[in-house]
Amino acid sequence: MTEPLLSVRNLKVSYAVGGGSVDAVDGASFDVPRGSILGLVGESGCGKTTVARAITRVIADNARITGGEMIFEGTDIAAIPERQMNALRWRDIAFIPQSAMNSLDPVYTVESQLHEVLRRRGGMDRRAAQARAEELFEMVGIEKSRLRDYPHQFSGGMRQRVAIALALALNPKLVIADEPVTALDVIVQRQILDQLRELQAMLGISVILVTHDISVVAYVCDRTVVMYAGRIAEEGPMEAVLTRPMHPYTMGLRNAFPDLKGAASGTLTPIEGAPPNLASPPPGCRFAPRCPFALEVCTRAQPPLRELASGHRVACHRADEAPVLRELAVRTETWLVPA
Amino acid sequence: MAGAGMRPIDPIASEPLVSIRDVQLHYRMGGIFSAMRGRSSVVKAVDGVSFEIRRGESVGLLGESGCGKTSMGRLLLKLEEATGGEIVFAGEPVTALKRAALKRYRARAQLIFQNPFDAVNPRFSIRAALSEPLENAGIPAAEREGRIVKALELVRLPQPQQFLDRYPHQLSGGQLQRVVMARALILEPDFVVADEPVSMLDVSVRAGVLNVFRDVRDRLGLTAIYISHDLALVRYVCERTIVMYLGKVMEDGPTEDIVREPLHPYTQALVAAVPVPQPDQSHDPLPIGRGAPDPRNPPSGCVFRDRCPYAFERCPVEVPRLRQVGTRKVACHLFDDTTGKQ
Repeated sequence: MTEPLLSVRNLKVSYAVGGGSVDAVDGASFDVPRGSILGLVGESGCGKTTVARAITRVIADNARITGGEMIFEGTDIAAIPERQMNALRWRDIAFIPQSAMNSLDPVYTVESQLHEVLRRRGGMDRRAAQARAEELFEMVGIEKSRLRDYPHQFSGGMRQRVAIALALALNPKLVIADEPVTALDVIVQRQILDQLRELQAMLGISVILVTHDISVVAYVCDRTVVMYAGRIAEEGPMEAVLTRPMHPYTMGLRNAFPDLKGAASGTLTPIEGAPPNLASPPPGCRFAPRCPFALEVCTRAQPPLRELASGHRVACHRADEAPVLRELAVRTETWLVPA
Repeated sequence: MAGAGMRPIDPIASEPLVSIRDVQLHYRMGGIFSAMRGRSSVVKAVDGVSFEIRRGESVGLLGESGCGKTSMGRLLLKLEEATGGEIVFAGEPVTALKRAALKRYRARAQLIFQNPFDAVNPRFSIRAALSEPLENAGIPAAEREGRIVKALELVRLPQPQQFLDRYPHQLSGGQLQRVVMARALILEPDFVVADEPVSMLDVSVRAGVLNVFRDVRDRLGLTAIYISHDLALVRYVCERTIVMYLGKVMEDGPTEDIVREPLHPYTQALVAAVPVPQPDQSHDPLPIGRGAPDPRNPPSGCVFRDRCPYAFERCPVEVPRLRQVGTRKVACHLFDDTTGKQ
């Protein structure tokens, strides 16, 4: 296999909170292959957005990257000076935020915002910038006559298309999209995901898609990383992770998620309890308090991320028993009382 | 009733609890200056909606943002005044209710809010939050604590006593949404309107809240409206679904029939758009035109026709009526016998 576009190794990100610190991301390692979409999936507070932001190094004022490497095309972008990092942003690594309304300036036309990026960061002259702006609008399927419009004149879906156009302005190699379709209705959501997939394939770029929705992962991603409480639970090819999950958390997520193609009589099974408070996480596996399969060792030792099938890695002490656990996990009664 | 008669039901249960007839909620947009220039416009948030809900029935109001589903829910609870039409609850017109009668109605018809963190006053303990409706209903202080504990047990909060003196921020989202549900149920209503009650919750806890909702509804024999944009969730809690688009009902029928074989072209696109958590799923382009219409200026005739792949001559000139088609009602000219299609 060719060398990945980005290798994240043992990434740690801490937030300073009320005198102490909280490790929002505690040792995340994964690769982003070239020309693929990677889904970073997990629930609120699992650290997925923090990982995504750490890669751009635009993080909250009270956050700090406290360890690990992020090798992007041979360079550790965790270690380079801010000036050098800034030169990579937008040109090599671009960001699509959840709500395009927050990233677009309401008092300027989208044309002037595209021009600013293309001319200031891209070094284009006025004419080249205009041609590129029109090309970008065509790429994302908006009539170029709308370049002169202000952000509020666009619908939510159209604004998200503008945000995609802005992110692609300077031909980045990696696009990080943070819940890009969460605020949109299903029909628009589907159309935006189709657009994203089409552009990704056409341009041969890599995309990290941050989402809480495993059906979005199933729809567009090639690989997926499942996070829980600041750590990676499972990582692998999308199809393997969703159809043959090896981590009990992933198995539980599947049970809790409604499936319109599934039987009507199906019951959704919740995972009892709530994720741990990261200010005082449990020792051992962080999922152990909610896991129906937890053993004594799980409450004591942190399970390492091990590769068990080709490109499929999992952090679970009982991963070798995954086929058996999967059979138990589909039964509702398994999840009724956590061990 | 003419609605979805998919299972044998006894006559008392089949009597409609709620009847909605040609209800409208029109807003006038623009201020006095636009009006002077003749430019004020009307937004028809709800436009000529009619349906009936039988006792004990759970009905999903499904649609995208701006379709009027939340407005419809607010009209049902008289949180919003209809600009036309009639809403009848247990034989009484809701639209005409005043003072004492309205207060009685409010105790019988309850709303479950979307965001539990907005729905509960952060300065109130759980005890205080749940005492308020009891106090308003004139329940003696001595009885209140018992009722509160019972309501918390009903929504399966284990060891309810331990929650009484806690504050909202000390509860998880799932626990707080159960408290919100308990508050809506504490006066033992007949009818609840739940507006996207789990959209703020994580997937792993969402299932638990939905299960409680189903369980409580069945145990109390509640009549329920579940408002959502998510067909998979509606399917989980509602036997019947009403699909809305731009203030109008497009399709109304048994949820399972709608999921399996949607009839209205809009419902077809909506069903096809729902992503499923499985690797093998269709990536075909959706059978729908892009771009949501401007609600101030909806298309003539059928409001969906400018995005409809099957639109024909009749669609721009005539508003389709909601017609009975098998187990359902559909508002589409394709299903009119005189057109002779499908």
